[in-house]
This record gives sequence, structure tokens and C-alpha cells, in this order.
Amino acid sequence: MKRITLFVLSIMLLSIILAACGGTTLECDDEIGCVEIGADEPIRIGYMLTISGATAFLGEDSRGGIEIAIDDRGGSLLDHELELVGEDSLCSAEGGQTAAQKVAADTQIVGVVGTNCSSAATSAMPILSEAGLVLISPSNTAPDLTDRAKTWQPGYYRTAHNDLFQGRVAAEYAYNELGARTAATIHDGSPYADGLQAVFADVFAELGGTITFQGAVNVGDTDMRPILTNVAADSPDLLYFPIFEPEGNFIPDQSTEISGLEDTIMFGADGMLVNGYAANTGPAAIGMYMSGPFVSGANYQALLDKWDAKFGGSPPSGFHAHAYDATNILLDAIEKVAQVGDDGSVLIGRQALRDAMTATAGFDGVTGTLSCSETGDCATGEALGIYQITDAEVSGGNWPPEVIFTP
Amino acid sequence: MRQRWFENFSWVGFILTSLRIITLVLVVVGIVGTLRSGKYTSSQWISLAVSGLAQGSIYALIALGYTLVYGILLMINFAHGEVFMAGAFTAVFVAEAFNKSGFLSQYPIISILILLVVASLVSMSVAILLERVAYRPLRGSPRLVPLLTAIGASFFLQYTFRGLYGSGFKSYPKVELVSGVINIGGSNIPIVQLVVFFSALLLMLALYWLVERTKMGKAMRAVSENKEVAALMGIDIDRVIVFTFAIGGILAGSAGVINGLYRPQGVNFFMGFFPGIKAFTAAVLGGIGSVPGAMLGGLFLGVFESIGPNLILEGLGIPGANQLKDAIAFTMLVLVLIFRPQGILGERLAEKKA
Repeated sequence: MKRITLFVLSIMLLSIILAACGGTTLECDDEIGCVEIGADEPIRIGYMLTISGATAFLGEDSRGGIEIAIDDRGGSLLDHELELVGEDSLCSAEGGQTAAQKVAADTQIVGVVGTNCSSAATSAMPILSEAGLVLISPSNTAPDLTDRAKTWQPGYYRTAHNDLFQGRVAAEYAYNELGARTAATIHDGSPYADGLQAVFADVFAELGGTITFQGAVNVGDTDMRPILTNVAADSPDLLYFPIFEPEGNFIPDQSTEISGLEDTIMFGADGMLVNGYAANTGPAAIGMYMSGPFVSGANYQALLDKWDAKFGGSPPSGFHAHAYDATNILLDAIEKVAQVGDDGSVLIGRQALRDAMTATAGFDGVTGTLSCSETGDCATGEALGIYQITDAEVSGGNWPPEVIFTP
Repeated sequence: MRQRWFENFSWVGFILTSLRIITLVLVVVGIVGTLRSGKYTSSQWISLAVSGLAQGSIYALIALGYTLVYGILLMINFAHGEVFMAGAFTAVFVAEAFNKSGFLSQYPIISILILLVVASLVSMSVAILLERVAYRPLRGSPRLVPLLTAIGASFFLQYTFRGLYGSGFKSYPKVELVSGVINIGGSNIPIVQLVVFFSALLLMLALYWLVERTKMGKAMRAVSENKEVAALMGIDIDRVIVFTFAIGGILAGSAGVINGLYRPQGVNFFMGFFPGIKAFTAAVLGGIGSVPGAMLGGLFLGVFESIGPNLILEGLGIPGANQLKDAIAFTMLVLVLIFRPQGILGERLAEKKA
């Protein structure tokens, strides 16, 4: 009896060893680790976007761009189906952290497209970087996210312009073209708005202008009169408020009631470049300027046509093309580094994926020719423009407004 | 004398007294500092005060809903902010339609009345539904249970409206009739703010008349005093409670349209959250359960939010004063509650009622 038991056990041991040695298992020799995808399993791409709350239009806009990019590949990559899974990152640090924890817990996700808001990315990145994931953002613009000395983490990339560029363009336009010599800024406490107004203020002062007031409101504030009264005390030539709706609606509208702000030029940024902004703000928005993403060209028109065919109408915001390019950069990098086994299984090294994305150069995207820097800035700043809102947008329903200046 | 002081001395009393003194000193220093710097003219203060009153009237209307429900059921209806949103968000579509067809510019008063009716009806229905579905089954359960249900109902309503109407922002059209300014004391006060204040006042007076002079109002007061005895007296408790929720809903819906006149932008499924919290704060500040208290609390909170940061914080040299607007409002609430827990006009409840 004992001999038979021993015999059976040794047969089992042998078969286990043989099973492990044989077959076409791919070896993972990546520094961080690998994602192993079986022969019939889908390749999972994650997204972390703002799909609820006041800035949900940003998420819908980006998600549409991602879905179109996946459709363009026929919904599959390397003969594996592409599966899109998503988390709501809200437009806050807490939302980004929660979404990141959920995404990081799913070890089958290869890469993530997101977030929309810089505040979410700042808290999400430590978690995602630790998990070995890559995050490529279509609309994060805060400079600190790609600054090695600030909040940069390995694995972070973005196709949106860095606000260092946007703030500079806005300040130079304000000083040189609009002739403003004094300016005030209002932000809303988010990394995006605070960073952008800081860049604007620095460049404006560098050019020779004076910043009379730098203040902030809270997200959710509806009464801007106290802070506008504060601004009006010095009667600046220009008011720069790179914030979101609805605070960005209240400021121009309520400034009409404050004496001292009658001749102040209103200047916003890409957070308010949303379909419906002008109609919501009302007549007070006429003559207002805005900086924001500006994409043009035949490829972009093709993307808009695809959007209309798939969803109907036009995209709600300005970063869909950036989301499209971001997804394509990610998918191209996956294709480049994936090891395909004989049985159809796929092995993707995480560090190899990061290296491939960092090495992206001369990528022919809808937003321009993209090359990623060491710290993840893939955009060259080509896709920026200054818009002016006219009556056509306020009561005529025209969107987007005309671009009046490109750097 | 000194002997008695030593006998009656307690650490808690000492800390509270010093807190009173410190607060008073800070406030006075802040006010003096701001006024001395002369940054704002008196006309600017007047305009801030009037806009504070307008904002406060809207808080007051919503706070009345909180206070009425608390008086009757001893529960905080946290979903009341969403009742406000329901009316405002539905009426905005009607307003947009009126604007597009030109009806609004031709017959502004009739359109506003229609908007008020629409918003009040929607808010009233939402409030009554809330009571029927979320609160009535839980009558008699421990106090925490309806509270959590209210919070859950609040989220439910928010996202239901998001599903129905989308997540984008809408805005009320500008009404020509109430635009324009009037010069009072050297500052240009927008007429719409005065309209808001007086219409809210009218509604509050109507409510006061309802509660004090009508039979239903008497029934409401009786139920809030003692539910069981009121039932023994032949009052239909369920009917009174539904009526209370309905009145709260009507007030909230009207507040929604009035808010749309005064501040047209920002209409969104999430717009009821912050006003709900602020109105609850106002109700507690004025004395929860007391109708004049809610009115007073709302007005006080509105004016304080408007003037407070500029008046007190700037004089103290605190940077980013306007960002601390909410902080200062809630700090004021905490201080008032420390020194007068029943609120400004509230009565200390007898032990057996609590």
C-alpha cells in the first residue's frame, strides 16, 4: 500500500514538473512585472475620467475620443479584443485617489487613459506609479505633473498642452495685443487653476505689467460679489479667471453689477471651453476672451465626422482629439512591446511599456506631431488658440467660437 | 467677593469666557482694520449688504422647509436641497421655452407666475413622494435611521435628475422687467435683488399667516407640540405631515425660480447640495423648529457671508479671505451654538421632548 502511494505521488510530481516545463509559456523578465493575457482574454484598457458632477462634459468628451480610437482599430489589438473599463475620477483629489486604487487593484489592466482634472491626477499618480501602470492624460494641464521636482511620477504622460505654455500665451496676448497693464486673477483652489494663474501672473509681471490682486473662490460658490468688490478696488484692466462652470458663469455676469469693473476685460481658459458656456453666461460674456485647445486639419475633421456618426452632434468640450491621440499612443506602444506566444497569449512588460511610451517621437496625431519628453509631456503646444465670444455664441447657439489668435 | 469667585470657578467656564473675549476682540480688530484701510466705499458695503439680503432670503425660504419638518417630525430632511433643485431645474426648461418663443419678453409677469407654479408643483410632488416613500415607513424608528434615509434620498434624487436632464449646465433667461439698477444711498442696487427680497418676504408672511391664523396651521402647531395628544384630539396626523412637506416643497420650488431670477446661471443636477447645507445651517442658527428663526437665520447667514470675509478677515490680514467664506460662515455657526445652543430665536426644548 505504501509503495503504491509513493508511486502515485511521484507520478503526480513528475507530471507537474513536466507541465511546467513544457508548453509555450512566455518568460517575464521585466523590472516591474508583466501583464499576462491568455489566448482568449481581452486586452483591458482602463480610463479614469470625470463622468459625473459639474465637469462631466470633460469625461464624456474624452471617453468619446477613446472609444473612436478603439473603433478605428476594429475593437481589437494583436488579435485580442480591446476591452475598455472605467472609473469615475470626479474632478477632485479624493476622486482620483479612489479611482486609482480600484484601477491598481485590477492587475489585468495594461494602461490607463485619464484623468481629466489635474487635481485627480496628482493624487492618483503615486498609486498608479507604484502599481507599475501608465497613465496618459488628454486634458491635464497643470505644470507640476511633469515637473521632476514637483509631483511627477514615473508612468505619467499627457497629450494636452502644459499650462506653462497656455499661461504664457494668455499673458503675452493680454499684454501685447490687448494692451492690458494691470491684471487681477481669480482661481478656484484646484492645481489646474492655481497653476495656470500663477504662470499668467509671472509672465505678465515679467513683461512689465502689474498684478493687482490674486484671489480664489471655492468650487460651489455662487456669490462672487464679495471677491469682485475686492478686485474692483483697484480697477484692473483685465481679470483672468481660469476656472470651470458654474463659477466661470457667475463672474462675468455678476461683474456687471460691480462698479469699478465696467471696463475690465474678462479672460478665461480651457476649463470653460464647453458647449453652452456662452449661452449660460448670457450677454455679459460678449467680448470675453478665452484660451484653449485649438485643433485643425483634415484629420481633425475626419474625427469630428466619426463623432457625429457614432454619437451625433459635436463633442461637448475641446479635448476629444487629445484623448484620441492619447489612446493611439498607448495602443501603439502596447503593440510594440507585446510578446505574443505560440498559443496566442500575450505578455506585456510594464517597464518596457513605459520605455516605449517615453520613446514616442514624431507621432502623427490629430493634435499635431507628438514627441514625449522624459517627464511625460507629449504635446508641443501647437494646439492652442485664443477665442473671443460674440453674440453668435450667446444667442445664436454657435460653438466653438472663432479663433482670433494662434501663437 | 473673591472667595465666591474662587468657589464658582470652573475650567470649562473659564475657557468659554476667554473664547468669548478672544472672538470679540478678533472681530472688532478685523472690522476696525478694514474700515480704517478705507478699501471699500460705503456704497460698496451697501451693495454687498443688499445682495446678502437677497441671497439670505433664498436661504430663508429653503430653511423654512427644514424647520417645518423638524418641528413636526423631529428629523432633518437632508433631501430638501434636492427638492429645491427639482423645482428650479424643471422650471428652467419652461423658462427657456418661453424665452425662445418670445412669451417671456411680452408677458414677463405672467411667465414668472407660471414658472413659480410649475416649480412649486414639481417641488411639492417631490417632497410628498419623499415623505410617502422614504420617511413614512420609518416613523417610530430610532432618529438615526430617517437621517441616513434622507441622505440616501438626496443622492437618489440628484442622480435621477441627472439621468432625466443630463449633466450639463443650464441657465435662466434674463428678464428685462427686473433688470436695471436703482440708486440707493449712493450705490447702484440691481432691482432684481430688491424684487427677490420682497417676494421672499411676501412668501414668508404668507407662511406666517398660514401657521398662525388658519385651522391647518393650528393643527401643524399642535402636532409639533405633541403628536400623540394631537391625534387624541382628532387631528389627522398623516394629513398634517403631508401638508407640511407640501408647504416646504412649495416654498423651495418658489425659491428655485426666485434664485433663477437673481442668479440665472448654474442650474444643474447638483445645484441643491450647497444651498441645502447652507439653509440647514441657517435654520439651526435661527433656532430649528422656529419659523421666524429660520427666516432670521437665513437673512443673517446671507448677509454675513456677503460682508463677513471682506469686513472681518481682510482687516485681520488673512490672505485668501474670499476662499474662507464658507469657513467663516460655519465658524460663526459653531460659535453661536456654543454660546446659545438653541439658536438665536429657538427655545430650549424640555427634556422629555428631546
